[in-house]
Amino acid sequence: MLSWLDANLVSILNGVAIGFLLFILAIGLSLIFGMMDVLNLGHGALFLAGGYLAWAVGGSDPGWGGFLAAIALAAVAGLVCGGALAGMVEPLRRRGHLDQALLTLGVALVVAELLAMLFGRDVRAVNPPPGLDRTVLVLGEPYPVYRLVLIAAGAGLAVVTHLVVERTTVGALVRATVADREMVSAIGVDNRRVRFAVLGLGSLAAAVAGVLGAPIYGARPGLDATVLILALVVVVIGGLGSVRGALIGALLIGQIESLGRALLADAASFILFGALAIVLIVRPQGLFAGPGARS
Amino acid sequence: MIAPPVHTGRYLGGAAVVFLAAAPLFLAPYATTTLTRMLVFALLAASLDLLVGVTGLPSLGHAAYFGVGAYAAAWFTKNVTATGPVPVLVALAAGAATAAATGWVAVRTHGVFFLMLTLAIGEIVAQAAETWEPVTGGSNGLYGVPSTRIAGSPLDVAGLYWYVLAVFLAGFLVLWLVSRSPFGAALRGIRDNEPRMRALGYATRPYKFVAFVIAGAVAGLAGGLLAAQQRLVTPADLGFTTAALALLAVIIGGAGSLWGPCLGAALVIVVRDVVGPDLGGHGPLLLGLVFILVVYLLPRGAAGLRPPGRRPVREEASRI
Repeated sequence: MLSWLDANLVSILNGVAIGFLLFILAIGLSLIFGMMDVLNLGHGALFLAGGYLAWAVGGSDPGWGGFLAAIALAAVAGLVCGGALAGMVEPLRRRGHLDQALLTLGVALVVAELLAMLFGRDVRAVNPPPGLDRTVLVLGEPYPVYRLVLIAAGAGLAVVTHLVVERTTVGALVRATVADREMVSAIGVDNRRVRFAVLGLGSLAAAVAGVLGAPIYGARPGLDATVLILALVVVVIGGLGSVRGALIGALLIGQIESLGRALLADAASFILFGALAIVLIVRPQGLFAGPGARS
Repeated sequence: MIAPPVHTGRYLGGAAVVFLAAAPLFLAPYATTTLTRMLVFALLAASLDLLVGVTGLPSLGHAAYFGVGAYAAAWFTKNVTATGPVPVLVALAAGAATAAATGWVAVRTHGVFFLMLTLAIGEIVAQAAETWEPVTGGSNGLYGVPSTRIAGSPLDVAGLYWYVLAVFLAGFLVLWLVSRSPFGAALRGIRDNEPRMRALGYATRPYKFVAFVIAGAVAGLAGGLLAAQQRLVTPADLGFTTAALALLAVIIGGAGSLWGPCLGAALVIVVRDVVGPDLGGHGPLLLGLVFILVVYLLPRGAAGLRPPGRRPVREEASRI
């Protein structure tokens, strides 16, 4: 057992790092869908835009200034894009959520193509900022510091999100909107403002995750679809609108993506599908969907 | 949806078939090749329409079955025989088998969850194509597929066109017959009001599953034609973009009519392969913009996608 752990420690840690990155993406996707019924298929494109932003601002060897500036820029850009997306979705609100999903799909295709025009088809690799580009020994194995920092940051963010959603008034509003939107607007909450805020903040998280993920994934055409699918699988497994579900789903998918690929390279895709199928059969609404969540 | 009177439709359909059959006689070889591509993509779009427009299941993973069919036909042509129509029948079987293996999970959900799940399934199949290198050739794909042979000799441009046209008509006929049958009527019932169909005693899940498998089989058939036409199959053929373009073709053409999506597919191919190169290879950008415009401006085109319960009040009242 210990020797097995030793041999696969790097894969397991990689899985945790990917898992926390996916959590940041999936929590936005999950809350946007849970609170406003919009399946935002543009989420992956925002992640990719964040990755390219990291490369464009800081270059392939960013200093701390460049890296932090990229994060700040990505936050602002994500907020603006999310607000714009909310504005575009608004006229379709009475047309059912499939039309809205199709609209975000069109936006995703346009954004991905624009990014390919701006940055070309090559992989844009980004190194971690100075000080984090080293490796340290973890149980005798060298491991990149940046990924450990990412794990810590992701864990911190998960705790903060959990506290905000479970313990604050804003969080209560979020949970209430997921459970029963009509009732929330009936007690006098401005639904439109909630929608703009949710899409804005969710998109902010996606773009920032793109910057944070750049030193791991780089930025390349097609990455948007890859991460969008993983985030969708996380949301389906974890249950819509649930922070705990998104976290556990993300960590599970992270392990499948990393440890699964390391141990059974050919079968990883099938494991991913298998996990999805099993969850859907046992609990069609996802592992942690609240009693109010509709399927 | 207002259907044209039966006779007009029949004459128009007949005229279209005559035109399509005679096309290589007066078209340049390049135009014939473009028309061949259109027919391949039109069959994919029509098979997707059986799901989207007739059954009300919007799939974003339909390219998976198209791609599986294409890989199966390409592999079979390279390694076993190039004699038509054997490779496309293998493609049909492969599409049906893959749809059966994945569809039973997909049809457990509906609406936007179905969209999510099919998207995930499609991408997982595409990843499998990229990683299963000994069979699929990895990211290079399967290349050097020999020409399809009929009666011992390889097909030329016009011959290939007629071969594709014949298979297209056969596939379209299957979809049309399914859609017109009592089974098709039950599928429309499921699209319009699934709880009521269940209350009437229909086991809706098996119906949706069979529709899914038929659509997957015909998509596989279209994939077999793709392998015959392109003689190259890459992971991009079963990727997200192909699936999105097929859905776009259905929505432009008007979901539920089967022939409308074929016209939508022709438009998509024109933008991607004919206009696209003039735009510096940025056809997808134009298609994305078309997609956005269609969603805003042609709500009727997406009519079959609307979930029950959000229909106009008039329709709601007539149901009670």
